[in-house]
Amino acid sequence: MSFEPQSLTLPDPLPLDGGGTLAEARIAYETYGELAPDRSNAILLCHALTGDQYVASNHPLTGKPGWWERMVGPGKPIDTDRYHVICANVIGSCLGSTGPASIASDGAPYAMRFPVITVRDMVRGLVGLLDALGIERLHAVVGGSMGGMQALSLAANWPDRAERVLVIASTSRHSAQNIAFHELGRQAIMADPNWRQGDYYGADTPDNGLAVARMAAHITYLSEDGLTAKFGRNLQDRPEKSFGFDADFQVESYLRYQGSGFTRRFDANSYLYITRAMDYFDLAEEHGGSLAQAFAGGPARFCLVSFDSDWLYPTAESRHIVHALNAAGAPVSFVELSAPFGHDSFLLDVPALDRVVKGFVE
Amino acid sequence: MNLRPDLAAIAAQVAPGSRVLDIGCGDGALMLALRDKDCDVRGIEIDGACVERCVARGLSVVQGDADRDLGDYPDASFDYAVLSQTLQTAARPDRMLEQLLRVGTRAFVSFPNFAHWRTRAALMFGGRMPVTRALPVTWYETANIHHLTVADFRDLARAKGARIEGEWFFSGERPIGGAGANLRAEFAVFELA
Repeated sequence: MSFEPQSLTLPDPLPLDGGGTLAEARIAYETYGELAPDRSNAILLCHALTGDQYVASNHPLTGKPGWWERMVGPGKPIDTDRYHVICANVIGSCLGSTGPASIASDGAPYAMRFPVITVRDMVRGLVGLLDALGIERLHAVVGGSMGGMQALSLAANWPDRAERVLVIASTSRHSAQNIAFHELGRQAIMADPNWRQGDYYGADTPDNGLAVARMAAHITYLSEDGLTAKFGRNLQDRPEKSFGFDADFQVESYLRYQGSGFTRRFDANSYLYITRAMDYFDLAEEHGGSLAQAFAGGPARFCLVSFDSDWLYPTAESRHIVHALNAAGAPVSFVELSAPFGHDSFLLDVPALDRVVKGFVE
Repeated sequence: MNLRPDLAAIAAQVAPGSRVLDIGCGDGALMLALRDKDCDVRGIEIDGACVERCVARGLSVVQGDADRDLGDYPDASFDYAVLSQTLQTAARPDRMLEQLLRVGTRAFVSFPNFAHWRTRAALMFGGRMPVTRALPVTWYETANIHHLTVADFRDLARAKGARIEGEWFFSGERPIGGAGANLRAEFAVFELA
């Protein structure tokens, strides 16, 4: 990749849940806003599955605006005039942090030799970054979707590191349906002849498989009502059906566009590793089978937000977490917001979310 | 701040620094008053817009249905459980009162008194479900599905083995004495233990 992301190399090998360590792990990150002299105003933002550290600045490969510019910036709900916002690429990803596309000690890319990681491993990497940056205690940790899993993992495993924990459209465990959709995506990638057991670096990449994986996943990020409102049964640039297998329908054309665009910015092996980490995520399992136990005794305040049209991580998953936090006696707020965009609502124009985020973070 | 009289009565009774659960906390008026007394106060509210306002005010409020979600809280996890103007909307007020006394060492309950003379008169002379200043909503639109009276509440508290530690009565905004409360009070507040 032809850009030089800001990054640092963790001084110590990173211990991994699957056993072993990741040596010389690089963490690529961006920061926004000034760190206060007493280092008390740092907010860690955790990105979702295919997200990156460019939360409020242009993506270096696509040139598109940051993925949460509507939420993060001067005068925005997460106000960079007041807070020092840190967002890092998770390990296993492909925007500058160590992942399967990185060069291993033998000079060749890791590919499938990269260790299988967990959400807690990702967070361990983020904690390593905070240590390196000298940030002992976060004003808040904030994340949506997989970012919410990281925020929960941080709160459960490093309870003194964050004063506020904001979890949006997320879950404490992957359901059978969540795993099933991820498996569909992984099989699409691995069925692509270009995948070659992951050893495709420097050759043709498994773009067709990765695009299908993205198309399937993208459907889970939307809602039936949203799709109907946006596309209905409208035809794409043609007066009538073609009686062929072109993208006759607008929704087909849209999905193909989403799929092919994705392959230009994401590594197929990273997609395998990160979806695996999410499937392995079960915060209660990590804590003796009790989610309440995971949060026992922590000092943080929590806020959970779900969306009524999100069927990927539905409201019941957030309630399940709230139930555990109540049992643990933790201060928790929870609100289900109404928005038509499905799981993706957390990234889109939902003014009520802006108000909740601003109110909770302040 | 202009707190509703039943809420002001409750706020005045709660000891500073207490842990309080406000069930049906609305826009958080009581919670804010209690936060000023250094209480650790949590809320449950069914209306999403109210929850959003509470969260924006920095209050810890969970959107939920008290009929269902009170069971989430451990026994005696609060010094006080507050149920203001909500008992009469519960699917099973008796069970809600049990839950209230389970999660709170003490409980405050406020409700509109259906035996107030205006209500009695409206029913007696009008022959229709009363629409009064205390109960301004028609029978088919009201959330109040289990109307009760001061006397009914005393009976229920006794049946549940709860001790009445304090009682306050109001006619409109005005506090009134306990004499003839079942006829004279539009609203009642009870403290139970």
